[in-house]
Amino acid sequence: MAVDDKMVARVAGLARLKLAPEEGAKMTRELNNILGWIDQLQAVETGNTQPMNAVMPITREWRADVVTDGNIAEDVLANAPEAAHGFFAVPKVIE
Amino acid sequence: MSALTDLSLAKMQSGLAAGEFSARELVSAHVSAVEAARPLNAFLVETPDHALAAADAADAALKAGTAGPLAGIPLGIKDLFCTKGVETTAASKILQGFKPRYDSTVTEKLFAAGAAMLGKLNLDEFAMGSSNETSAYGPVISPWRADGSSENLVPGGSSGGSSAAVSARLCAAATGTDTGGSIRQPAAFTGIAGIKPTYGRCSRWGVIAFASSLDQPGAMARDVRDCAIMLEAMSGYDPKDSTSINAPVPQWAAALNGSLKGKRIGIPREYRVEGMDPQLEALWQQGIDWAKDAGAEIVEVSLPHTREALPTYYIVAPAEASSNLARYDGVRYGQRVTPPGGSLNDMYEATRGAGFGGEVKRRIMIGTYVLSAGYYDAYYLKAQKVRALIAQDFERAWESCDLLLTPTAPTAAFGLGAKSADPIAMYLNDVFTVPASLAGLPAMSIPAGLDSQGLPLGLQIIGKPLDEQGVLDAGHALECRAGFTAAPQHWW
Repeated sequence: MAVDDKMVARVAGLARLKLAPEEGAKMTRELNNILGWIDQLQAVETGNTQPMNAVMPITREWRADVVTDGNIAEDVLANAPEAAHGFFAVPKVIE
Repeated sequence: MSALTDLSLAKMQSGLAAGEFSARELVSAHVSAVEAARPLNAFLVETPDHALAAADAADAALKAGTAGPLAGIPLGIKDLFCTKGVETTAASKILQGFKPRYDSTVTEKLFAAGAAMLGKLNLDEFAMGSSNETSAYGPVISPWRADGSSENLVPGGSSGGSSAAVSARLCAAATGTDTGGSIRQPAAFTGIAGIKPTYGRCSRWGVIAFASSLDQPGAMARDVRDCAIMLEAMSGYDPKDSTSINAPVPQWAAALNGSLKGKRIGIPREYRVEGMDPQLEALWQQGIDWAKDAGAEIVEVSLPHTREALPTYYIVAPAEASSNLARYDGVRYGQRVTPPGGSLNDMYEATRGAGFGGEVKRRIMIGTYVLSAGYYDAYYLKAQKVRALIAQDFERAWESCDLLLTPTAPTAAFGLGAKSADPIAMYLNDVFTVPASLAGLPAMSIPAGLDSQGLPLGLQIIGKPLDEQGVLDAGHALECRAGFTAAPQHWW
């Protein structure tokens, strides 16, 4: 499954990742190499195999549905690049 | 170099308890060693104040008889663990200036046990790499050099600051994290021991996430006993980590036993890859002989999907990474880049474009691609199925053996820049470590010998789920027979 510059631009958009033009071309080459190498998996017979998404069979314990945290607005905002009036501040969202 | 920095962690404990030296003396010697070793670039942040305050507290506690198990022990902390009030960047520009308001569960446990943090250790950016060259703050230089050479070598990765610092005698032990080999491969490259426990043994809470179904904290130290002591202090159930194992933590160090009588050690035939370095093959055979000498029975086993483990990993890990790293958007923490007059979306894209390095971008791109509509089944779902087959291979192997013995890495440490241009060549470093990661198994690397250039080589032991004791015991048995005492020559 070969990837072209257009696909790389689309995926970069999905990932919210700005790539410089020369970065994009290099990425296309590298992704093709890596995906070409990964493609060997298609040859593995996985007919009846169930996909694995957890390595240890862990059942979570139940707990009471109560607030266990909170009142730490200052901590939450302490590392924000921009905060105002107790909120995170971002560029205008609504035009 | 002061003799205090050469002591094992266990010897530091007994020396402190016997009053042979104070924690202040012990920690001061290490603070000086850290300062003198800046050319290695192993530390991103030095925290001598934290270390000396912990030392004084340890001296008081030792006098009062209330000292914790790690009282006054100088440690390095991989900069993937959040530390309260101390900059934590995961070696990424995007987290520059981030000072967590809390400690990770693991560091909280270590500090509660009395440990003194010397600083935060360099790593590959977001733990993505096998040579510590992807750090946004420059590579770590290994304290090791080939005989008669002054070429700079890599310390392995991603826990390259940890491996360099422990091997250069800058700290007694260090925390590491292992997603596909990030504790074991750097341990092998620098002639130290490192253990990745069973997935879920150590809490991931407060550890900056790379690939959550694989990430696991672990211990790095100069011998197996020290790894056991360290791991004991780091492990335990944590309700704040949804994949934490609710099981008691055994006393691994106290139970450490170098006899392998009655143990069957499996040698997986698929790890005998074509073109394997004859020195590595000879060392592996040596390890087999040591295991026999310790009383083990050797059996040949098969792990048929070994070859597919690496490509599987390079779908699963980037997929999880692309999802985990979506949180770095310039809103809540870290760096922000706002193009003039730009929208919120422009800010996200510019922030991430400027904040992430090349390898991280590559993995976010692969991950986003394999999870995107139309490709999910062919890549991600397929990889999850092959992952299940890899785990089943191990389960089948456990029918005929108790532990597995393999090399840790396909080569000794290489020169800086030797593999940076070819991502796949770099990925192949983890060919022997990734399978156990995909199956969530405990595994460790022990220093087993030197190659003809005088560089360390490691052997890996893989165990059944929750059998860290078996892994440590086998590591101890091999270590006793290997008698590895080599240390890097002090050139820095």
